[in-house]
Amino acid sequence: MSLLTLRRNFFNVHVITTTKIYRENCLNEAKTEGKSELIPSIKFRHSCLLRNQRCIAAYLYDRLLRIRALRWEYGSVLPTTIRFHMCAEEMEWFNQYKKSLATYMRSIGGEEGLDITQDMKPPKSLYIEVRCLKDHGEFEIDDGTVILLKKNSQHFLPRWKCEQLIRQGVLEHVIS
Amino acid sequence: MDLQSYMPVPPGIRMEENFFSLDDILLSHERLPCRTESAFPRLGFLEKSSETRDIPEMPLWLAKGLYERKRQVLSVELPKVYREEWRTVFGADPIVVDLHKMGPYYYGLGSQMLHFDSPENPEIANTILQTFIGRFRRTMDSSQNAYNEDTSALVERLDCLERSLFRAGQSGLNGFQLWEKGRSSHLTASSLVINYRKRKIADLQA
Repeated sequence: MSLLTLRRNFFNVHVITTTKIYRENCLNEAKTEGKSELIPSIKFRHSCLLRNQRCIAAYLYDRLLRIRALRWEYGSVLPTTIRFHMCAEEMEWFNQYKKSLATYMRSIGGEEGLDITQDMKPPKSLYIEVRCLKDHGEFEIDDGTVILLKKNSQHFLPRWKCEQLIRQGVLEHVIS
Repeated sequence: MDLQSYMPVPPGIRMEENFFSLDDILLSHERLPCRTESAFPRLGFLEKSSETRDIPEMPLWLAKGLYERKRQVLSVELPKVYREEWRTVFGADPIVVDLHKMGPYYYGLGSQMLHFDSPENPEIANTILQTFIGRFRRTMDSSQNAYNEDTSALVERLDCLERSLFRAGQSGLNGFQLWEKGRSSHLTASSLVINYRKRKIADLQA
């Protein structure tokens, strides 16, 4: 379920083919005045055009749906490997989506807004035990203390700080 | 329950197709036997070696695009599975039939066939409905009771609609089991992230 690089040259071929087919259709139409023999052929070509259009539109739309899912899974900043697979327009779309989501989150829940990407599963406690799965460097929590996240180290941290990192696979929630 | 951030466009209901649904696009790729009633001038490149100017099989999207009730351009024949003989088989015992082999989109294609105004339409519609009713119980039962085991034997003979129902049942079952074990508040890495990581390692090795 991963996003692969957008196949640009495929689109260029499609545009060329579409233009050819369309011109053929126009040519035929110009000759049909009163004769309806050529209509089946015109319909045939038109169906082909619609079919190509549908496939491409669905491909692009599906990519957008996956990019939208990335915002909810990875957070606002995407890793470079994923950004590499997205084209400039999709990056632009992602930024706009982020902005809309942020505006919405600010508007609900009183003054500071409500982060709805948090607490995806019902919380049972304020602090949770986590184990580090890989080196992530230093991590600062609200009261100022800095924690070094080294592989296999275990910490007792506030839930809202860790949730993002757990979802990204950096930390692991430990239940005793 | 597995948190779904990626929600693909579902297939259409009844006789409608969803434009963006990937399932519906694959469905409309299925070929139907048909007869062309009028000639298609200037499309000679389609005629391979046969003398008759006939396109014997067309994908569904093309058949739908060319079909017209009033003008005699195309007449679509029913595929084997929707004909009289198979209808009696489904009537006798729907559960034993391997619907995946009979065309993985039995229900979807059947619903789309109703567009072509065949005189047998009411019977086809009725057969599809009764088949679904007959098979549903088995599908639901197996999806709710197969926990943590290999389900390939159960899923083999189901068509695509039934498979998606099976998956939904399994997801509900897994969610319930997690809740029973008290692990519903256990935070986990998202499946998307895990898959990306797997792919990255595969890329590195390639």
